Amino acid sequence: MTRAPSPLSSAEPGTALHARTFTIRRADLVRYAGASGDFNPIHWSDRVATAVGLPGVIAHGMYTMALASRAVGEWAGGFDRIIEYGVRFTRPVVVPDDDTGVDIEVSGTVEGVRDDGALTVGLTCTCRGEKVLGMARAVVRREA
Amino acid sequence: MSVSPEVAGRTFPETPPYDVSRAKIREFATAIGAEPADETPMTFPVVVGFDALQRFMTDPDVGISLHRVVHGDQRFVQTRPVRAGDVLTAELTVESLRQGAGTDIIGTRTEIRTTDGEHVATSYATLVHRGAEPAE
Repeated sequence: MTRAPSPLSSAEPGTALHARTFTIRRADLVRYAGASGDFNPIHWSDRVATAVGLPGVIAHGMYTMALASRAVGEWAGGFDRIIEYGVRFTRPVVVPDDDTGVDIEVSGTVEGVRDDGALTVGLTCTCRGEKVLGMARAVVRREA
Repeated sequence: MSVSPEVAGRTFPETPPYDVSRAKIREFATAIGAEPADETPMTFPVVVGFDALQRFMTDPDVGISLHRVVHGDQRFVQTRPVRAGDVLTAELTVESLRQGAGTDIIGTRTEIRTTDGEHVATSYATLVHRGAEPAE
């Protein structure tokens, strides 16, 4: 399969990668619960979420992580080029029960080149102006 | 209640084999809005990794109260993307356990392989388990 050149093919340390915005609505959480098998009610029930001290239903951390991985996949030119990807869940993403949902913004910067040629990319993921993922980093193989 | 210190270093039984279908990959890719939906998302191994985590967290010998646990961090190392037709199992090991001030910090490593023994991905998850609130 031939692919369009990825933004990372010519990247070097310091290169900023095209930022992406993703919108999360309640229905997305229900769909992700079914797809992933994580049916924890804090991701769909306000009653349960508030009972455990949350402001309301929150997104699965793994869902936020997966959305951010879409940005990495686009920069890399395919999910198969991601060797490693890790995040810390620093703050919950509260998702309102309306039709608008909430936006998360994902940006990335190339941080370095490993000895094997793979690039390390640092990610920033914010929601309502606050970081929701910490220590977010991916290692990406460049196209052969 | 705290997590039993004996879980440190322990490897738990593999999850039952999971048959990956093209439909499941599409379902997951669609759920995260990825296009085209026939490429396997990098975090797809969570489908079997979460099963291993769930079995670990609900194992009565471990001593976790589900409503007191939060997912602290997560990392995937991908050997190759999951493909339709793969039959996968997940095997969880508790790599580290730090206990103090009523909190357990549990570092887990889950190896995801095909039933033929081919390595697909490793999932590292840190769980933060808070002890019971002090009695009033």
